[in-house]
Amino acid sequence: MLTPEMLEKYDMTIGIECHVQLATLTKLFSGADNDARQQEPNTVVNPIDFGLPGMLPVLNHEAINLAIKAGKALGSEIARVSRFDRKHYFYPDLPKGYQTTQMYQPIIIGGLVEAPLEDGGVVKVHLHHAHLEEDAGKLTHNSTYSLVDLNRAGTPLIEIVSEPDMHSAAEAKAYATELYRLMTYAGVTHGDLYHGNMRFDVNISIALKGATELGTRAEVKNLNSFRSVERAADYEFRRQVERLESGERIVQETRGWDEAKQKTTSQRSKEDAQDYRYMPDADIPPIVLTEDEIERVQATLPALPSFYRNAWQPLGLDSTVVNALLASKQLAEGIQALYEKGGESVARRNAQWFISTLGSDINESAIDSLHLSPDRFIELAKMVDDNQLSSTAAKAVFAELLAGDKNPKQIAEDLNLLQVSDEDSIASIVDEVLTDPASAKAVEDLRSGNDKVIGFLVGQVMKKSQGKANPALAQDLIRKKVL
Amino acid sequence: MTKIADYISKSARQNVLEAIKRANDKNEYHALLSLTEARALERADAVDRGEISGRLAGVPFVVKDNFLAFGAPTTAASRMLEGFKSPLQATAVEKLEAEGAICIGKANLDAFAHGGSTENSAFGPTLNAYDKTKVAGGSSGGSAVVTALDIVPFALGSDTGGSIRQPASFNGVVGVKPTYGTVSRYGVVAMASSTDTIGCFATDAADAELIMDIMAGKDDKDMTTLPNFFEPTAIKSGLKIGLIKDTMTDDVDADVRQVTSDYVARLKAAGHEVSDVAMPIAQHALAMYYIIVPAEVSSNLARYDGIRYGHRAEGVTSLAQLYGKSRDEGFVTENKRRIMIGSYVLSSGFFDAYYLQAQKARTLLINEFDKLFEEYDVLIGPTTPTPAFGLGENTADPVKMYLADIMTVPASLAGLPAISVPAGKSATGLPIGVQLVGPRRSDADLLALAKSMETA
Repeated sequence: MLTPEMLEKYDMTIGIECHVQLATLTKLFSGADNDARQQEPNTVVNPIDFGLPGMLPVLNHEAINLAIKAGKALGSEIARVSRFDRKHYFYPDLPKGYQTTQMYQPIIIGGLVEAPLEDGGVVKVHLHHAHLEEDAGKLTHNSTYSLVDLNRAGTPLIEIVSEPDMHSAAEAKAYATELYRLMTYAGVTHGDLYHGNMRFDVNISIALKGATELGTRAEVKNLNSFRSVERAADYEFRRQVERLESGERIVQETRGWDEAKQKTTSQRSKEDAQDYRYMPDADIPPIVLTEDEIERVQATLPALPSFYRNAWQPLGLDSTVVNALLASKQLAEGIQALYEKGGESVARRNAQWFISTLGSDINESAIDSLHLSPDRFIELAKMVDDNQLSSTAAKAVFAELLAGDKNPKQIAEDLNLLQVSDEDSIASIVDEVLTDPASAKAVEDLRSGNDKVIGFLVGQVMKKSQGKANPALAQDLIRKKVL
Repeated sequence: MTKIADYISKSARQNVLEAIKRANDKNEYHALLSLTEARALERADAVDRGEISGRLAGVPFVVKDNFLAFGAPTTAASRMLEGFKSPLQATAVEKLEAEGAICIGKANLDAFAHGGSTENSAFGPTLNAYDKTKVAGGSSGGSAVVTALDIVPFALGSDTGGSIRQPASFNGVVGVKPTYGTVSRYGVVAMASSTDTIGCFATDAADAELIMDIMAGKDDKDMTTLPNFFEPTAIKSGLKIGLIKDTMTDDVDADVRQVTSDYVARLKAAGHEVSDVAMPIAQHALAMYYIIVPAEVSSNLARYDGIRYGHRAEGVTSLAQLYGKSRDEGFVTENKRRIMIGSYVLSSGFFDAYYLQAQKARTLLINEFDKLFEEYDVLIGPTTPTPAFGLGENTADPVKMYLADIMTVPASLAGLPAISVPAGKSATGLPIGVQLVGPRRSDADLLALAKSMETA
């Protein structure tokens, strides 16, 4: 049995390889459509993808541009000269018998990702390199036969290879999440995780605390969500500790993630590892980039998460709120637009409403309504600033704002939420509260100089007014009447 | 009048019918694997009706059967692609057809162009046009023989290490291997991507020049093609020509040396300056070639796996067996030998010692050529060390067979233009060719020199 003491003895080291599907219109080496979603098998395939005799690759320059953008977003160096190589193995999803990839001279070198952690810290993950390559097709296995679908064959990918700089499941998740933000913000990928637009291979090893050498690693392949990255790393840590503690050794192997059982399972060991017989691909001349070309592409790079993090400093938002907003590029853009148009308070209020109302479930229609009519959101925040609405009432209006196209004043009126700033009507509620026996002690305390209890009394007024009383006015009236 | 000019003046239908008749009459040479008669006649009628015109209107030709072309299967002379019908055509074929040329059939070759005798064809060897007991040479043996037998005025071939030049020499015709990247490789079954070139056979240099002029040029479908530089040109006088003395040693057949020396004498008589040059690195070219080319072969042949098209073995029970048996049955021995060598030199642990080392040596070879071309306009030597050898003579000894390529592989590795021109005959009446090699993009100059020497 695993004990907390056993787990305490070990450190975990994690490196991640991430495949990012590029948002090009056509495939990496052919003119076939790069979007195979909802397509019949083998219909988005041309003779090049099919590997017919005599076919030659024609490099898609849009993929190069997206790789440059990716590299710039990752703080990497863009290689002035990079090349393609062939990686050989036989499998029915690989039409040419080799995958065209970049083994020896990748296009993206080095880089650094600073990923925010949920506890407010940051994990710095250095990158070894990232290279361009084509995806393989897809096999569907049946009992006595397998079916080959080459729709995805030739889809352009970049594989981002990190250094082993992560040491906890939370750090692995944070890195994967930040990579996703960087790649979607940069416009490198559509980021459709459900369709495998980003897939993570997580390499995990453990070693006794203080050990100078890393342990033998296991690689969990093909994870397609941040949560599965976290869970798989967590599971592997415990599995490896358990093995070592029971006197067994870790074998270098590839493992898969069983989502249903929430565990990793062995797929193949290193002894079965293939010799890929890498060689330069003579069909594709080297990619030679000038500084000018790189700069021209860099100039088209959209704002990255770091831009918003810096820009929103004055808002004083909690880091969890900021990161939740940044989970969606469109949402971040929307909040930034509110900021630029409506100012700090408007941006701050809406940022908080979005996250407290939607949590992590930020759906597209909510974001659409923000983009379609930002003025309604600005108006709502202004109503709070002008004491027309309490912040509690504003939340209810906000939810309605997302649901339809009514303006906030209309919604507030319909819901009877407009703040009462009429002194007479508030005064009568204040009287009611002060004469209520339940308030007697508070009233006494206030009189004897304990100013803190005024909050309780204001709260009672708000309650009685169903949130509509202007709290500042109520406070003034309480002071006037009690003191 | 060149042969091609003669054809243009006649009815296309007549041209095609006569060419097919000649092909059938000379059936015993086994130079052709298929005829594309129906499609050829359709196209001929379209030419005769004036619907297709151009510089080759109604001229029949033959393509090596590793070019994707309509009208007949593209087999690469292998069981692997037996019956394979291509949905598209090679760029070279398309360009010739756009000028009105008419493909009448597909020529035999060593399976997947691996070989120097056409004996590696899965469908049987082609016989030499001058002596049916001798080999046609290879791998483009069929294309050389149909040209030599005057079945058609020109034929297409591919040259990776000598596959056009060597059979041209063996059959007494002009064979052109252009600068790497001159003609699109799109639609030609790949052998070795870094040295594959597309060229032609013709009876005389003027016709070859016309064909190269039509085929040359940048192709969006082949990233390695060069912007068109080919411009037919007139002979320059007083060329500086280097005779590579390493190709004139005692190991080389005496008749071959004699014919080469006679050609050199004629060059001098025509006002050119010829002197001996040494090219010591050339002796290593064969070793480089038989590492680099098999490596690329093993890669380019990986797609023939029996899954999507081509031969698939019967009665297999696992994926490994499907691959193993399909490839075992679909490839000839020489294909398998090259796949084995290539896989070996690319394996981890051997890659640096073989492949990388060979690539470094290749750079030295290229540098040595470049240095020689600072001083010489053209290099000359025999195309092959011997005239055509006997059928079956070298089949038991692959190394002996490979030695037949020793004169032709250096230009291939360096990507240089090289042409073989008929220069004379052996004592027994077999044709002997000499090879002219020039700097990159000097293709038209080489052909101009060859043209001038035909009448000198």
